[in-house]
Amino acid sequence: MPNYSWPPMSTRKAIGQRLSRHDGLEKSTGKAKYNSDLNKPGMLQSALLTSPYAHARVRSIDTSAAEKAPGVTAVRVIATPGTELQWQSQEIAIVAASTEQAARDAVRLIKVDYEVLPHVVKEEDISKVGNRAKPAGEQLTGDPDKAFKEADVVNEGHYGIPVLTHCCLEPHGQVVQWNGDQVNYWPSTQNVSGIGGDLAKNIELPATAIKVHQDHIGGGFGSKFGSDRWGVEGARLSKASGGRPVKTFLDRATELNIAGNRPSAYARIKMGAKKDGTIIAWESTSWATGGMGGGALPPIPYVITNIPNRRLNHSAVATNGGPLRAWRAPNHPQASFLTCAAVEDLAAKLGMDPIEVFVKNIEYAPEARRESYVHQFKKAAELAEWSKRWHRRGDSGSGPVKRGLGVGICSWGGAGHASTCNARINPDGSVDIELGSQDLGTGTRTIIAQVAAETLGLPVNAIKVKLGDNSLPPSNGSGGSTTVGGVSSSTRIATVNALDQLFEKVAASLSTTADKLEAVGGKIQVKGDPAKSLTWAAACRKLGTQSIAAQGQNNPRNPLGLNTQGVAGVQIADVSVDVETGVVKMNRMVAVQDCGLVVNPKLAEGQVTGACIMSICGALMEERVMDGQTGRVLNPDMEFYKLAGAADIGEIIVHMDIREELDKRGVIGLGEPPTVGGVAAIANAVANAIGVRVPIIPLTPDRVLRALEERRSA
Amino acid sequence: MQAFEYANPTSLKEALGMLSSQWGEADILAGGTDLLSLMKEYIHTPKRVINIKGIKELGGITKTAAGLRIGATATLDELTESAAVRTEYPSLHQAAMGVSSPQIRNMGTVGGDLCQRPRCWYFRQGYGILGQEKGKSLVPDGENRYHAIFPKSQAYFVNASSLAPALIALGAKVKIAGPNGNRELRVEELFVVPSSNAARELALAPNEILTEIVVPSARGVKNATYEVRQKEALDWPLVTASVAIRMKGSSVASAKVVLGHVGPTPVVATAAEQMLTGKSLTQDVATEAGKSALDGAQPLNGNAYKVQLARVAVKRALLEAAKARG
Repeated sequence: MPNYSWPPMSTRKAIGQRLSRHDGLEKSTGKAKYNSDLNKPGMLQSALLTSPYAHARVRSIDTSAAEKAPGVTAVRVIATPGTELQWQSQEIAIVAASTEQAARDAVRLIKVDYEVLPHVVKEEDISKVGNRAKPAGEQLTGDPDKAFKEADVVNEGHYGIPVLTHCCLEPHGQVVQWNGDQVNYWPSTQNVSGIGGDLAKNIELPATAIKVHQDHIGGGFGSKFGSDRWGVEGARLSKASGGRPVKTFLDRATELNIAGNRPSAYARIKMGAKKDGTIIAWESTSWATGGMGGGALPPIPYVITNIPNRRLNHSAVATNGGPLRAWRAPNHPQASFLTCAAVEDLAAKLGMDPIEVFVKNIEYAPEARRESYVHQFKKAAELAEWSKRWHRRGDSGSGPVKRGLGVGICSWGGAGHASTCNARINPDGSVDIELGSQDLGTGTRTIIAQVAAETLGLPVNAIKVKLGDNSLPPSNGSGGSTTVGGVSSSTRIATVNALDQLFEKVAASLSTTADKLEAVGGKIQVKGDPAKSLTWAAACRKLGTQSIAAQGQNNPRNPLGLNTQGVAGVQIADVSVDVETGVVKMNRMVAVQDCGLVVNPKLAEGQVTGACIMSICGALMEERVMDGQTGRVLNPDMEFYKLAGAADIGEIIVHMDIREELDKRGVIGLGEPPTVGGVAAIANAVANAIGVRVPIIPLTPDRVLRALEERRSA
Repeated sequence: MQAFEYANPTSLKEALGMLSSQWGEADILAGGTDLLSLMKEYIHTPKRVINIKGIKELGGITKTAAGLRIGATATLDELTESAAVRTEYPSLHQAAMGVSSPQIRNMGTVGGDLCQRPRCWYFRQGYGILGQEKGKSLVPDGENRYHAIFPKSQAYFVNASSLAPALIALGAKVKIAGPNGNRELRVEELFVVPSSNAARELALAPNEILTEIVVPSARGVKNATYEVRQKEALDWPLVTASVAIRMKGSSVASAKVVLGHVGPTPVVATAAEQMLTGKSLTQDVATEAGKSALDGAQPLNGNAYKVQLARVAVKRALLEAAKARG
């Protein structure tokens, strides 16, 4: 077997370069086209009728007026009479028409008779959810009752983090054309190779009948894998409209209501420790919702999992809200917040520095990551000027603006997914790399080019990368931070295989054998003897008229040491809180993150920066506001579903933990881990600044002031 | 949105002729930053939309010895760029900068800021201006973190104008043109408490157009606006306080203190104004004035924090004004 392993750090040329993403200019000038930008000849527009109620049954539905409305080509009923609607904005019917306006006007002509049923949409106060809470059964380890008695310090707190939504700037949807026995499908997807098969299943066609294409996606964050009801119905509308393409992209309100959310997590947590900070007991009662399916127990205690004595109780609360979908690192941000907040509160009670408490208890973390965490705490503390700026809780000086620091941690897997790559070396010297993968905006195209360039000894811009089409060799969907590991490994293997073929072709002309050749600096040369060489162009000319093609596959069960899983990360937030107004401002966010071999540090830092911004939004602003009376989402917009602007994020310092021993592990995914620790860090920084825990996220002025008020009256 | 007829008059007379005597028939389009979202949500379904940006006499900002004339279609950006506004009316400049989106400042107009409809999420979801279902307001038992702490009868929404508190404090008037000629209102008289779920919150008739705003000279008037906003980027104020103070020596001769985003109309804090008279603008006096300004506040179950925010806003506006020349 050829040697596929990564070249050592010291000899790498293309890998490790801080290149800007290849599509940066296209994206920033608007030249890049997203599928929501498509306007196909003869294309129809569609509009959905969705439920105005959080819980209702469809008694009857009359679409006759809509069918006769001007411009309408097809109407489909999704929720037939008798259907129980379980959340607001659940799909009821869809209309295709010549213009978006005609489709929307027609939707308003559909008459539905609803039987309105009782709903539960709020779960923060679990005493008010009735039988909607489903206890999962107690998890018991050791003897927590005894341990709490032996503890020198016991701290109890309650904490909560609400449902938030993905808020993809490009909403969910697609253009789709079902013409005869073929479907052309332009979705907004994280799953180019797989989404066609998903649609095929739902419209009873063979998977090979679906042609999928997508160049760019405007955000998915875990919510865009399937064809969804609007994809299936869009295809059927197209077929019913004589095979004309039909465009369906959700409007903002529908996007926020039904296209996925991150489940909430609320918990009462009790921790016990010895005077020296050794944690000996954990007890938690938690609950969560992500819609009618409830919400699972987050992995608590997080990272420091193996506290010897623990009792966990969790209830999934079924609420009449849109269903959850994976959101960057499912359940990890919640777990990190619950755990790190409880540890911070315990540390404050112990009179200790929370980093000291984490380090003191690091043996409860998985053995393989302990050293990383300790290293990263140190590095993050240095970058955040922890020793200068951290102070005991509440000890933050006079004046209304208090400054504080807080810490949060992350862990994640991130092994490379199954991926196949075709590499072609052409007689004119050009190189084509093809994968049925997708670039979620993370720079996947650029990274693939860097890997190919490294193998072939070429400049990165000599490599042409083609993604985004399901006619290309399949790669898995981009979920679980698996893409970079998968595509870098398959590309490495494919390019090594292709290069070996080229060596075979040119060895004779260099009076040697293929195994003695190497590709370096745009040349094929005898190893260590630059005098015996051919330029890349000259070597490729020897191919005559025929290109070389070779394939490479990443097999997740045997990734050949090219990729692996398991990362650590530490984030420190530095905030200022105006205790007269409760307004929290970010001064600085420091993120130290490991992800094994980093193919492109600049793009990696970009990923982490974006994740920090999402954490800032999540910690300070984002919240799906439900109305208990009407069951409706009150802020399905970008006005009161608040997100940070540039002026709200402060300084972000990213330090990629690039070290020889971590690099040797291979490539590991990065999409999710840096989104995990930020909320915890910010919440802890606020507690450190103002001297009291603000228990419920987001940390809005009303909650900050309430916490201060409660302390005053306590 | 519902299909509509679009009119593009070039004179005020022509525009007035296109309006209807019934609400809901025709809407006036200036910047459109509010109207378009109302129409998209089918909260407004006008048969006719009348663009008034083509009417020259409605634009522009002019400074005279007597004061400032602001055309209704002058943009918020023009207002913030005006040197006269910045020097003589810092409270107005600060209020306009509180609209922290350059896009909205570029498109949004001064008249539109005054005439925009409330942001109450029950109203925006189609429950009417009073947010009622089956004749009962959804606000008191609902999600009211952004609602009124000075509700009036059944009105719990808050006036959305960023500029109104400053204009009221500065003693500004609006000019209104209608089928029967022109009239003037003090800015505080422009805002009314709607009597029913379908009524309007402006003292304008459906066939009238707000044409200009006249602000008296503020020479010798210390003025400032302080807005508490959660975000730096585009966000609605949680509360605003605007003050205008005439000094006599080192003490206050007369004070205007106006709160925004606390009630269905801007709230003139008379008790604070009286309390300030004769005092120096010290930290303690400013704090005391903040407390007086919130006397009589009736917060709902989810917005008591706004009382605290408004007190602080008054205090900080006063201290800011104290620093200002004038």
